[in-house]
Amino acid sequence: MAITSSILTVIYLPLAIVLLNSFNSSLNMDWPPPGFTLEWWQRAGASTGLLDALITSLVIAACSAAIALVLGTMLAMALSRYKFFGKNAVSLMIILPIALPGIVTGIALNNAFRTLLGMQLSILTVVIAHATFCIVTVYNNALARLNRMGKSMEEASADLGAGVFTTFRLVTLPQMLSALVAGGLLAFGLSFDEIIVTTFTAGGGTQTLPIWILNNMFRPGKAPIVDVVAVFMVIVSIIPIYFAQRLTAKEAKAS
Amino acid sequence: MATSTPAISLKGLSKSFGKIAAVKDLNLDIGAGEFFSMLGPSGSGKTTVLRMIAGFELPTAGTVELNGEDVTQLAPFDRDVNTVFQDYALFGHMSVFENVEYGLRVRKISKAERKRKVMEALDTVRLADLADRRPSQLSGGQRQRIALARAIVVEPKVLLLDEPLGALDLKLREQMQIELKQLQRQLAITFVFVTHDQEEALTLSDRIAVFNNGKIEQLGTPQDLYERPKSEFVAGFVGTSNIFTEKESTALFGKKGRFALRPEKVTVSEKKKTGSISGIIAEVIYLGSFTRLIIDVSGIHIKATVPTDVFHRDQTVQINMSAADLVAL
Repeated sequence: MAITSSILTVIYLPLAIVLLNSFNSSLNMDWPPPGFTLEWWQRAGASTGLLDALITSLVIAACSAAIALVLGTMLAMALSRYKFFGKNAVSLMIILPIALPGIVTGIALNNAFRTLLGMQLSILTVVIAHATFCIVTVYNNALARLNRMGKSMEEASADLGAGVFTTFRLVTLPQMLSALVAGGLLAFGLSFDEIIVTTFTAGGGTQTLPIWILNNMFRPGKAPIVDVVAVFMVIVSIIPIYFAQRLTAKEAKAS
Repeated sequence: MATSTPAISLKGLSKSFGKIAAVKDLNLDIGAGEFFSMLGPSGSGKTTVLRMIAGFELPTAGTVELNGEDVTQLAPFDRDVNTVFQDYALFGHMSVFENVEYGLRVRKISKAERKRKVMEALDTVRLADLADRRPSQLSGGQRQRIALARAIVVEPKVLLLDEPLGALDLKLREQMQIELKQLQRQLAITFVFVTHDQEEALTLSDRIAVFNNGKIEQLGTPQDLYERPKSEFVAGFVGTSNIFTEKESTALFGKKGRFALRPEKVTVSEKKKTGSISGIIAEVIYLGSFTRLIIDVSGIHIKATVPTDVFHRDQTVQINMSAADLVAL
């Protein structure tokens, strides 16, 4: 108990300080704060560079989560419902990106995009890069659901006269929906605060929110705004994960 | 039946899973309107046969014909058979009404017609008042009936039932057995019923195929199987039998060969009668309406069925067995 609480303190106390500092009236983050102000929040809201970075991050997270949803679902269907040669190898290859060090993924993708594929680094390359590890969360959720579901409902559907696609639309997809939403939200959260792979795959013109923070963190006078952004990012990252967990818990209780 | 086309005809049907042969060279005709049971222990291949008829498993060899048409290569959704699954396989995200409606919906039948037929099917299984419920809100017996309604609403010519009563408690199972039999008469369609419960098979079926190790051990009416089992397996699996080895047969009846004898054919009395032999009661097993005795006749154990509360353990009794009741194996 004591260990747990001290670990939780180590995690959450700095976060609380960041939250307080975003209202700290001292430009140099003097501690304890001499007073409180909303100035940093207003300035953050007015900064176009910051807003652009936010939009870029949201677009990238939404796109890579969407790609992950489509591909992750298809992969999970293929691996849970069909037998084919090299199935286990494929399964391992799908999961591996989440275990690979981000810096390795980043370098590898950077090389592949620029030299092998001759692509300009842009939002698109970031989206593709993020999708590689976002697929894993969707795939894992979808696969677990499909395995738990078993085949009998799909067999019943076919037995009653429904073709493959009708069965997917009317039976499999509705049964998977909450797992897919949970997986998609996690993917969104993963992409939104990713920085390592992003650094290697974003071109000079592409700035995501985490990269904006990194660039502005040590600039004079920017520290309070960085705190504001940090608080904002915590909120945006936590909400999807909170909902994903609630969905999973509800499902677990229902079954 | 010899002239009309069988509802189901299986020819040289085999199925292997890897190296394991689940079904071996099966030939079987099931008549239209028949209540046909496939009876056997788990792993005997009966469910695999059912799944090949439904189209969920592709045979390794052989053909499946429905009404004279070869459907071996057809997908389940192109076959005019419907299945009641062991675990019911109801759609959890749909109401009872939507579950039953499903087969009609994918057949693109009009909404009004759908509603009429669904309510009719729900009436048949006496669950019309639960149409708006979710499957998770129903009891096992109710789910069973919904699964039935969902399968019969599309009016199949053949209904396949995979241990449909396995998950129900005894009381409910007996009630559902009666309902199934009535339903089959009412619909006048072929029922293929898979079970490991010999009593259930005897009660319900017109004919029974006893499965063992992927083969049919014996095919016949319930009376055939009970009165004239052809093998030791059938004699032991359908009802209870005394199985006498060659040595025992010679000692007891002076007859050579292996024989089966039903326990109810053994008469037990306290007094000596003509032709009786004496034995000692080794075990008394109370079974409610009757009692089973295991009688030791000079080392040979003989099962006998007697009225309850007449005999006790270690009692010396006289038993009569007629050689005419012996069934050669």
